Amino acid sequence: MPLNKAFEGREFPAGAPFTVTAESIKKFADAVGDPNPVYRDASAAKAAGHPDIIAPPTYLTKLNFEYGAGMLADPDLGLNYMMVVHGEQEYQSIRPVRAGDVLVMKPRIASIAAKGRNEYLVTEANIDTQDGENVAVARSTIVSRGTAPQEG
Amino acid sequence: MPATVKASDVNEGEELKPWTYQVQREDLLRYANASGDQNPIHQDEAFAKSVGLPDVIAHGMQTMAKIGQYVTDWAGDPGAVVRFKTRFTKPVVVPAAGGSSVTISGRVIAKSGTTVTLQLTASTMDGSCGEAEADVELS
Repeated sequence: MPLNKAFEGREFPAGAPFTVTAESIKKFADAVGDPNPVYRDASAAKAAGHPDIIAPPTYLTKLNFEYGAGMLADPDLGLNYMMVVHGEQEYQSIRPVRAGDVLVMKPRIASIAAKGRNEYLVTEANIDTQDGENVAVARSTIVSRGTAPQEG
Repeated sequence: MPATVKASDVNEGEELKPWTYQVQREDLLRYANASGDQNPIHQDEAFAKSVGLPDVIAHGMQTMAKIGQYVTDWAGDPGAVVRFKTRFTKPVVVPAAGGSSVTISGRVIAKSGTTVTLQLTASTMDGSCGEAEADVELS
């Protein structure tokens, strides 16, 4: 079933603040298999000029599962999560995310478009600290396989 | 934050040394638990096949994380990456036996002041699985 185009432009309320912990950064870096010490060792991070342990560039994907999954689970949107694959992801980093940050993500659905048999849903989100400092902008395209409206 | 690579040492058109990593089913399980993406297409072969996929596939973001590792290892400081974009062109299929081998290559496609843009490709033996671009602030 096609996605509900009425969701285009819809903004979602910011979810509960997400606290970035040193432990979750290390767990993420371990899972990726990236041994970089700036993800684990505060003194290595400080030596590289950071105030504390920093997170890998794609760590913010965790926030999609804190907030984004909920927003896309609205039954009126008509998205079947099991038929979804990730099409594209972009992060602009204003400054590295670091241990101790308390982040708030403000997502919105930028567009829903059909191409061939698939539909492409683009979400955009500002990621700010609780104090309102913008640290990153995320833009994500997910592909809903085989749900495009069929002609004829 | 400054990268350890100096902009003056980098030229447009320069190729980065390719890097190959292995991905196994247990890596995907670990990644699912660390990232929160528990979609069964990344863990459950029967399920993946039931929704029309050839087998279990890697999380796109797991592939992007490995491309990120390639970029940050090159730059010397992860904080130097100011923009990072990846298009997932084909799933990385991860069979139970042997997993999959992914090679990342990169090239400097632009340089403006101390900021360089890298073009990156991740490939399996089935061809390109991810096309990425990263802007990196060098020192």
